[in-house]
Amino acid sequence: MPMHLEIVTAEKVVLSEEVDQINAPTRDGRIGVLPRHEPLMTILKPGEMTIIKNGERIPFAVSGGFMEILSNRVVILADTVERADEIDEARAERARALAEERLKNAQTDRDIAMAEVKLRKEVVRLQVAQMKNIRRQ
Amino acid sequence: MASSREIKRRIRSVKNVAQITRAMEMVAASKMRRAQRNVLAARPYADRMRDLIGELTVRVVGSAKKGSLLEKRSQVRRVGLIVVTPDRGLCGSLIANVVRRATRFILDQRAMGREVDVFTYGKKGRDFIVRAGYPLAGEMVKIGDAPKIEDILGVAIQAVKGFESGRYDELYIVYSEYINTLVQRATIKQLAPVEAPAPASGARADFTYEPSQEEVLTEVLPRYVESQIYQAILESIASFYSAQMVAMRNATKSAKDLVKELTLTFNKARQAAITKEVSEIASGAAALAE
Repeated sequence: MPMHLEIVTAEKVVLSEEVDQINAPTRDGRIGVLPRHEPLMTILKPGEMTIIKNGERIPFAVSGGFMEILSNRVVILADTVERADEIDEARAERARALAEERLKNAQTDRDIAMAEVKLRKEVVRLQVAQMKNIRRQ
Repeated sequence: MASSREIKRRIRSVKNVAQITRAMEMVAASKMRRAQRNVLAARPYADRMRDLIGELTVRVVGSAKKGSLLEKRSQVRRVGLIVVTPDRGLCGSLIANVVRRATRFILDQRAMGREVDVFTYGKKGRDFIVRAGYPLAGEMVKIGDAPKIEDILGVAIQAVKGFESGRYDELYIVYSEYINTLVQRATIKQLAPVEAPAPASGARADFTYEPSQEEVLTEVLPRYVESQIYQAILESIASFYSAQMVAMRNATKSAKDLVKELTLTFNKARQAAITKEVSEIASGAAALAE
């Protein structure tokens, strides 16, 4: 029996479909969610999240947020989320380097805050992109 | 009366203007539709956050502790105001309305003995605040048509941290609320302290919170405020394009009216010239016949 997963960001509903399993990085460690999980509200930390659907693993890079589980309905409120296979590793590396550079040069509070958000996101993206490559080999 | 050649030239130039305003109207209309979609798409997140806060504030004892975004301070010395405007004009009275609302707010606050620091999104608002000489604490220009939340977080985080650290005792946002294509209203909203909504009814009592309810609440609150700021920016963009669309439609109509009027003047001038010529010929012929 599958469960319904909804991934929501501040911009839009990214995904809404039936899945068999979710593995997500929470603040207290990675957890796996199967259908009929007990009701749970937890904080996600940046990392790789995978969805298993019809035996297929779909990896995502998530930069933080919340996961709410209510029996067969899971809602993930993500800060940013991206499908791992859509991340181009070389570009992610460049983006990370650029974010780091910006953080170094940031003068105002605003620039520092911006650069921190960006850097945190880029680091996770890169990690997830690399993990994906390791698994393929 | 102007020469018919001059009138002809004016007709041509007014027609050109009408063509441009018509094109701008159509561009604005299509961008407005996209902006509306973005506003709607962003709603589920903010709604869910609000529900969460409603549930958690009931559960967490003493959730309005010091430095929390829920904390109501007995004495308000300084407030932060976020002003959201478009980067460009040609949108009727939209900018003027937002700026007027902001000015009234600042003056009201000052009358109560409070200081106001201003944050701005959009070039027009920034320019106004600088010109008026109000203290500008942070700004962002070139927001674009469809910003992502991470693009706009810089100023938002600065304002939220300002509240948490105690620099600001209250946070407000003024923006152009999108009501429908014809109506946009300059609106002011309180961002912090967060007014906890009544918890949604239903059987959600048996939730386990990890690591704890308190920590979840601490994480949710700033994101909720940030998403509200984001929502206001998206609404402002939708408002901007619908105001621009209407303004350009009016401009096109005025230009067309003007062309009609000028054409009439042109025809009159032409007729007068012909009449004059005919009467000259006639009187010339009459003179010859004598």
